Amino acid sequence: MSLWDWSYVWQAFPYLYRGAIVTVEATLLGFAIALVLGLVFALIRQSPNRYISTAMAEIVEFIRSTPLLLQVFFVYFVGPQFGIVIPAWTVGIGVLGIHYAAYCSECYRGGIENVEGGQWEACTALNLSPARSWRAIILPQAIPPIVPGLGNYFIGMFKDTPILAAIAILEMLQQAKNFGSDNYRYVEAITMAGLFYLVFSLAASAIIQSVSFWLNRRYHLQ
Amino acid sequence: MSETIVGLENLTKRCSVLEELKLGIARTEKVMSEPMVRFENVAKRYGTLSVLDELNLDIARNEKVCIIGPSGSGKTTVLRMLMTLERINEGVIWVDGEPLTHMRKNGQMVPANERHLRRVRGKIGMVFQHFNLFPHMTALQNCVEAPISVLGLSRQEAETRAAELLDMVGLSDKKNHFPIQLSGGQKQRVAIARALAMRPKVMLFDEVTSALDPELVGEVLNVIRKLGTEHDLTMLMVTHQMAFAKEFSDRVCFFYGGKIAEQGPPDQLFGDPQHERTRQFLSAVLEAR
Repeated sequence: MSLWDWSYVWQAFPYLYRGAIVTVEATLLGFAIALVLGLVFALIRQSPNRYISTAMAEIVEFIRSTPLLLQVFFVYFVGPQFGIVIPAWTVGIGVLGIHYAAYCSECYRGGIENVEGGQWEACTALNLSPARSWRAIILPQAIPPIVPGLGNYFIGMFKDTPILAAIAILEMLQQAKNFGSDNYRYVEAITMAGLFYLVFSLAASAIIQSVSFWLNRRYHLQ
Repeated sequence: MSETIVGLENLTKRCSVLEELKLGIARTEKVMSEPMVRFENVAKRYGTLSVLDELNLDIARNEKVCIIGPSGSGKTTVLRMLMTLERINEGVIWVDGEPLTHMRKNGQMVPANERHLRRVRGKIGMVFQHFNLFPHMTALQNCVEAPISVLGLSRQEAETRAAELLDMVGLSDKKNHFPIQLSGGQKQRVAIARALAMRPKVMLFDEVTSALDPELVGEVLNVIRKLGTEHDLTMLMVTHQMAFAKEFSDRVCFFYGGKIAEQGPPDQLFGDPQHERTRQFLSAVLEAR
């Protein structure tokens, strides 16, 4: 038995391909949720009402302080006991999204708090509405600098997708493992999955860098 | 007989028209004589630290008032309260005959809500020490943002207005530049144009030349000078430029320890200060020059 057999590579390919589609889909959808929901969390956190902002901070802290896998299990296995049955795919993407939304919200918060106080004063002096101030003045300055930080979470989430296997979602690593156990041959499939994670992460990182560069230039920030 | 009645009716009608006219004139006179800005027993505290104490100050329409004084005397706080950047702890601020910090509700004065603040605050414009331009917008975009989103002007109207104002401050060739591409003096002139684009009745200038290199101070002061002569504007200015205050203002207020220690026409305040503190301050400032 050779160390590396190319015939297994070709055989494993369709499995891995199917798994890769699931992994990429879960990452993109989950991160879309995380980006939007994270911003919502961060904005609620900035509420002038102290109770609302503290409650939001606690929720974010709670989500960040418990394991992602536990959260997935809780929704998927504990939920049905209370009559809440949600399909695995929805649970997977939803929990990934919410979990990373908590991290992203802290990232947004950093960006928001880094915008100079004078900008808010100018908004008041020009009588801009709070909604307009956020949309046109504060967020365009807050977000470009934090794109690399958000990008890290994107890659982090991508690497966390194998957790979905725990609720029977056939993402790439699970496909690789299944192929391995079907054929008593793991090395090719697992190595290829690893390569795919590596290539995707590197590509994502390059894209994030150029988005960051482009946004900072577009908004004339340093 | 009927002719007489018609005649009489005409006469009474004319009389009532005359009465109304008189009333109208009286009302206009009242508005004109009413101060543009009134601080009525205004106090500001941070915790237990009292920054301003029982401030009473009336500023007439089109009056140019300069506020001078040592740092920590509360002079900037006066402007910030008027711009509603700081809440006041006591008293009432009036703008153009109506309360700014309060509103009438069932015949009583209650603290103003956000809606009331937004309406009355529209009469006031402010220029800051550190410009506070929006760095991600060009000079022109800085000047059209609020007129479009707050006043509801069309983009074209707003751009025409902004272009005129940028021309007035001598920056028509810089309208597509971003703040980072402008000098301090140019930034401050954009900030002035941006505030004017909202057509305020009162303009506040908070140490607008303090962050500038000395050779750029003149260009900003020239613009303010021009504003004062060419526009009907009430102007309130915190400044360290004594020569400018002397030449430009109708009245100078010297703040010390959260109070107006002395106020009067510039010639009097600079030429013959009555208060010991004023003398000390002026001699210290003039010595430094």
